[in-house]
Amino acid sequence: MTNSLRTPYDGIVMAAPVTIPYARYSIESAQWWIGRALSALVARAGIRVSDIDGLCVSSFTMGNDSGIGLTQHFGLCVRWLDTIPLGGASAIAALRKAARAVQAHDADIVACVAGDTNHVDSFRQTLESFSRFNQDAVYPYGAGGANASFALIARNYMRTFGVTREDVGKIAVAQRANALRNPHALMKTPLTIEQYLAARPISDPIHLFDCVMPCAGAEAFLVMRDETAASLGLPAARLLSTIERHNAFADDPMQVRGGWAMDVGELYAMAGVKPDDLDIVQTYDDYPVITMMQFEDLGFCNKGEGAAFVRQHDLTIDGDFPHNTSGGQLSAGQAGAAGAYLGLVEGLRQVLGEAGPTQVKNAKLGLAAGFGMINYDRGLASGAAIFAGPAR
Amino acid sequence: MIDPVQPPRRKNPLLRTRLPASPPRPRSRTSHGFTRAAAEGRFVLQRCEACGAFAYPAREACPACLSAGLSFVDAPRRGVLLAETTARVPSDVYFRERAPWRIGLVKMDCGPTMVAHLHADCVEGAPIVMSFQLDKSGQAVAFARPEEETPNMADDRQWREMTADPKFRRVLVTNGRSVIGQEAVAALKAAGAKTVFVGVAEPWRPFAGEQLLRGQQGIEVVTLDVSDEKSAADLAADIGGKVDILVNTTEYVRPGGLLDRRGTSIARDEIDQAYLGFINLAQAFGPAMRMRGADGVSSSAAWVNILSVHALANWPAFGAYSASQAACLSLSHCLRAELRPGGVKVMNLFTGPVDTEWFQTVPPPKVAPRAVAQAIVSALRGGLEEIYVGDVAEEIRQRLAANPKALERELDK
Ligand SMILES: [Zn+2]
Repeated sequence: MTNSLRTPYDGIVMAAPVTIPYARYSIESAQWWIGRALSALVARAGIRVSDIDGLCVSSFTMGNDSGIGLTQHFGLCVRWLDTIPLGGASAIAALRKAARAVQAHDADIVACVAGDTNHVDSFRQTLESFSRFNQDAVYPYGAGGANASFALIARNYMRTFGVTREDVGKIAVAQRANALRNPHALMKTPLTIEQYLAARPISDPIHLFDCVMPCAGAEAFLVMRDETAASLGLPAARLLSTIERHNAFADDPMQVRGGWAMDVGELYAMAGVKPDDLDIVQTYDDYPVITMMQFEDLGFCNKGEGAAFVRQHDLTIDGDFPHNTSGGQLSAGQAGAAGAYLGLVEGLRQVLGEAGPTQVKNAKLGLAAGFGMINYDRGLASGAAIFAGPAR
Repeated sequence: MIDPVQPPRRKNPLLRTRLPASPPRPRSRTSHGFTRAAAEGRFVLQRCEACGAFAYPAREACPACLSAGLSFVDAPRRGVLLAETTARVPSDVYFRERAPWRIGLVKMDCGPTMVAHLHADCVEGAPIVMSFQLDKSGQAVAFARPEEETPNMADDRQWREMTADPKFRRVLVTNGRSVIGQEAVAALKAAGAKTVFVGVAEPWRPFAGEQLLRGQQGIEVVTLDVSDEKSAADLAADIGGKVDILVNTTEYVRPGGLLDRRGTSIARDEIDQAYLGFINLAQAFGPAMRMRGADGVSSSAAWVNILSVHALANWPAFGAYSASQAACLSLSHCLRAELRPGGVKVMNLFTGPVDTEWFQTVPPPKVAPRAVAQAIVSALRGGLEEIYVGDVAEEIRQRLAANPKALERELDK
């Protein structure tokens, strides 16, 4: 069966992108971080807590809580609620669900929020209970923490397409340059390609600067109809198009492409734009090689040309292809499920002209992507969204 | 190619003895289909009864047709290594202490892809042979080896973590008076054991085959009467810290069941020797073995029991003996759980009647003591947990799986 034609997003907007500055370790709970994000949303949007009538939450570390527990915890009375455990694809999935909810008037203002804490031992504890396939067939091999699993994918991808560590490293180095302009990024020192190449190996070919730094933090934004935003006097970005796909290309013996490749045509067609039209791109960068895959699968170049694309472009804020402008997870930090939101929230700031020191000049049209859930041998979940600022 | 494993050097008493750690142990219940196969050295995968597709990891429904009819069946072992990685700083404590650790992703010829531990000689793009091994947590893990034999193949560092190879290890064989004990000593020596201690009760009393044990390089006759708590404890005080593998060859076979015997004196002897002897050995040697489960190349590694297959199904002609063996089997499961934190394997060899004096009246086929000894060595080398030696044992295993009630009726004749 072919997909039926999707209903376009009609006047759906996102507003009030907020980031609670990250901390390497935190003695606070995930609920504390989520609470700070909700509070910041309300303050930023100039609304009352009771104006929020929809809630969508993602977190790895909130224990037995799901969205419903948080409603009581935070004094929210909502008529639409979702909890999305999709790891790095959570933000795009949350946006998609919230957009349809407000479009259908099931809710008027949906708060999409992700937050995680990072206790000294919580990263390992999170790993130990991730999924059944991981428990049965990955962790017993010492491959907890995803480094080894991604190392296998990276090694195969790099060998198949003749990609060198320099090619991949250029992505990480550019993001570090961007991060130096983001006062909240955890990484505060410059990174040269020489330093990248000389870093200690973690799980070949993954080296230290291919890995994100787990941390605590929270990210959030609001989804509503444009008339709601207008009535609140809120600057907002229009949602033009989204895609989401899970367990794509199951017959590929190893992952060399993500689910984006199945739906990328629809992504641009629905938005009515071409890849070249985009002013800023925020990929999901749990490892830079996954970013390189996204350059291909999101249509910026053909499969196998990711390395050439990276060589030919300047990925920094002032470059010809501004990418992961806040430094991405590689340099800003990975705050658990908030890592899924990082690119989208920064992308919203960009097209709203609110990005401050990381602002790309005249950024009007943005793309953010998500990727996640390495359940066994590959990342299962992927998604992307295209959005436009008020200037476009 | 890998370098041959080197004999352990004299221990520096100032260095830390590496304490045992366990690789991740949780598994889904269904996944223990692999544990079961690994215990016997079989390679199985789930196969869909409806569409024939193989699946991995363990599932509850076929990913090709959603049928719930997935059964664990013997599967082709061949595959190709797609990609490898060497984990240098794993987050897991067990692997961190053993890093760098090499794993890979294998495409099996029969379909599924498997994450596997890699033998050092596995090469990307080349064929491999897959097996399930029991790791130091006692659970099944996939292990890929090169398709062709390579030099010093069994000396691979990661392979040795999965097995209990007697090479360079010190072994205690508990009963040197029995033919099985003597054959076991010879086989273990031939397999490269550094020292074989062999227990003999009342060693001043001569016995057949004594000349095979005394005055031999690497064989030390020690005084041991397993039914005597003090004897076991005394020996453990002397050599307990040097026993890497314990082979419990205690045997006490008497015919008869219940009604044709008078009183309990024979049964008491059976219990004293087999069951209480087991307890004495476990209490004397178990704690030190559990402590030394990660102590280098020649860490403590395994405890081997030789049991009658009639531990699993009573043979009325040797009914009380069968019961003593069943008691030992049960005890072995307890011991396995208690040694598990040390990563020490408990292996049970099940045999049919052995070709020795107490089974003289039993018609063939019977198991040659040498076959038992060879099975001990191959079980240690393969890291197995359950081994059926000889035709009778194998047949009883199959009949028990097919219909225990039929087996019970048929053993009564
Ligand atoms: Zn099927």
